[in-house]
Amino acid sequence: MSRITEKDVDYVAGLARLRLDEEARARLVREMDAILGYMDKLNELNTEGVEPMMHALEMTNVFRDDVVGESMPRDLALETAPQHDGAYFIVPPIMDPEES
Amino acid sequence: MSAWHERRAHEIAGAVRTGAVSAVEVTRAFLERIDAVDGEVNAYTEVWRAEAEARAAAIDAKRDRGEALGALAGVPVALKALLCTTEGTTDCSSRMLKGFRSPYDATVVRRLRDADAVLPGKVNMDEFAMGSSTENSAIKKTRNPWNLDCVPGGSSGGSAASVAADECAFALGSDTGGSIRQPAALCGCVGVKPTYGRVSRYGLVAFASSLDQIGPLTKDVEDAALALNIICGRDPMDATSAAVPVPDFTASLTGEVKGLRIGLPKEYFTSQLGSEMREKVERAIAVLEEQGAETVEVSLPHTDHGVAVYYIISPAEASANLARFDGVRYGFRHPDAETVDDLYVLTKSDGFGTEVQRRIMLGTYVLSSGYYDAYYLKAQKVRALIRQDFDRAFAQCDVLVTPTSPTPAFRFGEKTDDPLEMYLSDIYTISANLAAIPGISVPCGLTSAGLPAGLQIMARHFDEATMLRVAHCYEQHRGFDPGKPPIARGAA
Amino acid sequence: MEYEAVIGMEVHVELDTRSKVFCACSTDFHAEPNTNVCPICLGMPGTLPMLNREVVNKSVAVGLALNCTIARWSKMDRKNYFYPDLPKNYQISQYDLPLCHGGYLDIETEGGTRRIGITRAHMEEDPARNVHGMMGGGSGVDFNRSGVPLLEIVTEPDFRSAQQVYDYLAELKQILLYLGASDCNMEEGSLRAEANISVRPKGSERLGTKTEVKNVASFTQTMRAVEYEIKRQIRVLSEGGTIVQETRGWDAEKGISFSQRKKESAHDYRYFPEPDLAPVVVDEAWERRVRDALPELPAARRKRFREAHGLSAYDARVITATRGMADYFEAVVRVGADPKKAANWMMGDLQALCTETRVEVDACAVCPEDLAAMIGLIENGTISGKIAKEVLAAMFETGKHPKEIVEEKGLVQISDSSELEGIVQQVLDANPNQVEQFRSGKDQVKGYLMGQVMKASRGKANPKLASQILEKALRA
Ligand SMILES: [Mg+2]
Ligand SMILES: [Zn+2]
Repeated sequence: MSRITEKDVDYVAGLARLRLDEEARARLVREMDAILGYMDKLNELNTEGVEPMMHALEMTNVFRDDVVGESMPRDLALETAPQHDGAYFIVPPIMDPEES
Repeated sequence: MSAWHERRAHEIAGAVRTGAVSAVEVTRAFLERIDAVDGEVNAYTEVWRAEAEARAAAIDAKRDRGEALGALAGVPVALKALLCTTEGTTDCSSRMLKGFRSPYDATVVRRLRDADAVLPGKVNMDEFAMGSSTENSAIKKTRNPWNLDCVPGGSSGGSAASVAADECAFALGSDTGGSIRQPAALCGCVGVKPTYGRVSRYGLVAFASSLDQIGPLTKDVEDAALALNIICGRDPMDATSAAVPVPDFTASLTGEVKGLRIGLPKEYFTSQLGSEMREKVERAIAVLEEQGAETVEVSLPHTDHGVAVYYIISPAEASANLARFDGVRYGFRHPDAETVDDLYVLTKSDGFGTEVQRRIMLGTYVLSSGYYDAYYLKAQKVRALIRQDFDRAFAQCDVLVTPTSPTPAFRFGEKTDDPLEMYLSDIYTISANLAAIPGISVPCGLTSAGLPAGLQIMARHFDEATMLRVAHCYEQHRGFDPGKPPIARGAA
Repeated sequence: MEYEAVIGMEVHVELDTRSKVFCACSTDFHAEPNTNVCPICLGMPGTLPMLNREVVNKSVAVGLALNCTIARWSKMDRKNYFYPDLPKNYQISQYDLPLCHGGYLDIETEGGTRRIGITRAHMEEDPARNVHGMMGGGSGVDFNRSGVPLLEIVTEPDFRSAQQVYDYLAELKQILLYLGASDCNMEEGSLRAEANISVRPKGSERLGTKTEVKNVASFTQTMRAVEYEIKRQIRVLSEGGTIVQETRGWDAEKGISFSQRKKESAHDYRYFPEPDLAPVVVDEAWERRVRDALPELPAARRKRFREAHGLSAYDARVITATRGMADYFEAVVRVGADPKKAANWMMGDLQALCTETRVEVDACAVCPEDLAAMIGLIENGTISGKIAKEVLAAMFETGKHPKEIVEEKGLVQISDSSELEGIVQQVLDANPNQVEQFRSGKDQVKGYLMGQVMKASRGKANPKLASQILEKALRA
């Protein structure tokens, strides 16, 4: 039985903001199923009591001081923008509520 | 005497510093070389001709004024297309960043400039460093200088090919699961992935943040040591760069391996390894034994699980790292986007290539609600086990010696149909990234088909010095000259 | 059926640091759009965050003030969602291991003291600011706010009324101001409150479906929005309807909340540990350093002012409204002024002068020692309370010592009996009718005559002495 269905692929594509055509969607069902099937290997291992390795190195408390440095000139910040008005980055109208 | 473009970086820097040659002369030699062979190799995505010459002239002027020159005086260094530079563009070989001009320089780029290196341009890669053959570039197809029908490896394929074809003195690449060492092996050059945290990642466009590391691809171990001397060290812009002192790596190349213990992980010498590759690696081990090193068999029991762990963690991190490419502040924006949602969906679907989209999908899936524990958390736990394997092994030995890649360079299209098979070709290199330890690949001969094979040496965290010492000793005593690829022998 | 509201609060506080949480850009709110930006807070490719130590310090201070446990080991996480104000399309926040957790705050509210549980307080970065209706109908994004440090403070669902919510917010704000952790400026978005509201039949243990009300501009509006939402939910339920879990906005002009529903999938945030940042370890020594530097908090200070200085509960609350005001009060008392009189002058005339000129009490020209000296002049009879008002106004304007003003303006009280006798006689001579009325039994006329004495002395007559002399003269 396939663990990945078209519905799963659609859900994930929605989260990732990708649009898949029919062919890509069918291919991804197949490929993700094979790859995630391969991941089952990990279930062979008993990992009870193992601390997950969240960071590559065991460093803690790496900080910067609260000192203001130089910001960029606005022209330079906006230079790479696909659309701007000289002061703001411009995007299509936003309608959803914000979060933080 | 050989032409300047064939020389090692340390020879060039020495000659430029003493005035035996001008930086401009060296730079022109390399630019001519690029003109001569890059039409076939296709390593460069852009060449900064005028800028490189101007920079070389400035270095000469500096010397003429009697000022001391840096350790890379006049040395042309090619940059993987994911290192941010204010010069030229930083496109990561993706349609998404085509024409993107970074407003800042990566820390490594700044360090190269400060050492008086010359930057001839950017070299090709798999899009956003995802791939093992450079076939995922949206820009061009880079060929292996040893056989133009073969891939150069990846994702730093352009870096490796440019070094092998003498189109630069050395190159910088990045290694997330083998992306420096594997193409170095496939193109017959030296490639180093330093310890995670050794080199600042600031300005390296991130693929998988807990695995990525910048390193050099060079023509010999001495050049690798020289390059590491310049690029290593803590950077206040990168919280994961370690405050560990950087030794003089050049001074660590003593030629001595007497009494060093070399671990041979049995899991790396299974039937997966072709007999020809095995024979090359075994001969290399014999060379080190002749020099007085002891060998000991060790076990890295979770080796077999590395690929699964890697292909969970790296796409998960990548799915977040690549979310920022949305057409708001930089890069590609789909012209038809009329709503914010369209802006994301159209831009991403059109801007990213197939492999990148596949990894974003995988990474999003393993982090999504209900699957995090089964995939991502599980992978982090097994990653801890893999790291423990190495800790145990390094209690028994000083370095580990293995093959770099199970196979030499393969033909274009040979593995593109089956992503899982392509992923499995990373088995020998992935573990070093997962364990955050350093690894180097050194050429260890040519196969019967005339393709290079690579020997991998791994060491303890931050012990690049010992790793380089062993690699250098092997290089000095391997008893053969790896020679030049056909294209570099003047076939072009 | 009788319903009961169950409310939990989420407050986002912008911490008052000089630079942003992950880069060196200024946090100045008033800058021109997109001028306090750099590659990091714009989410440029290849950039990395570097945590501002002061953000941890301030967060720990707030956590301690809210009686939280400070995590010895905590980490940053990525919260993934797409929104144009989010430069990386993930927010660096804290998920399962917040810096502070398990605290409480006691608030004075309707029906006495109420303990509000603090679930957690975690560090995160503020998104950018969107402006709407730009060219071509699009929206604009200003990244100045992107990366300003935030502390998100989440309570248990311990509120039962809008008033309790208001009192919590007021107390929280006061604490944050005392700590210097935030300027709490709501108009500038430094403090943003969201309420999670549900209702249930009274006596029921089960929680009802909640709605979230956000983007409300002031505490008063928050209280109104919560009140409205409670009533709305009760109405929906009593009419047999069901509550939809959703985010609701508040229209302050119309006084109604409205649905801002979002897509379902938007809530799968795919949190995972931020690989670019090292974990934060606040050991006992660090925690102690922050604890030792904590100022006396408003509640403790109110209590002490009542007990040690005999202030009423009301006076204590007003005098401790700001740390500066409370410090000022203590400085006045320290040099010997009577605490109640000091409080009265501060809450009365001095506060009025300050309000009029928009200056804080502790920053006005009258230093605490001078206010104490002025009170002393009243007590030793040099000036009357009435004259003191004039003296204080002059002190406020010029910053001069009260004695100097009294001397310059010749405001010294007349306590010389013979001089006062003369004035009284003048008044009696000028008002024969009133004198007659008094003598025929109309006692209240004395008040009028006393007023005339004060007027004739231009307010300088010692009221007590003058009254005695007047009495004596009338009875004579
Ligand atoms: Mg939040
Ligand atoms: Zn910034």
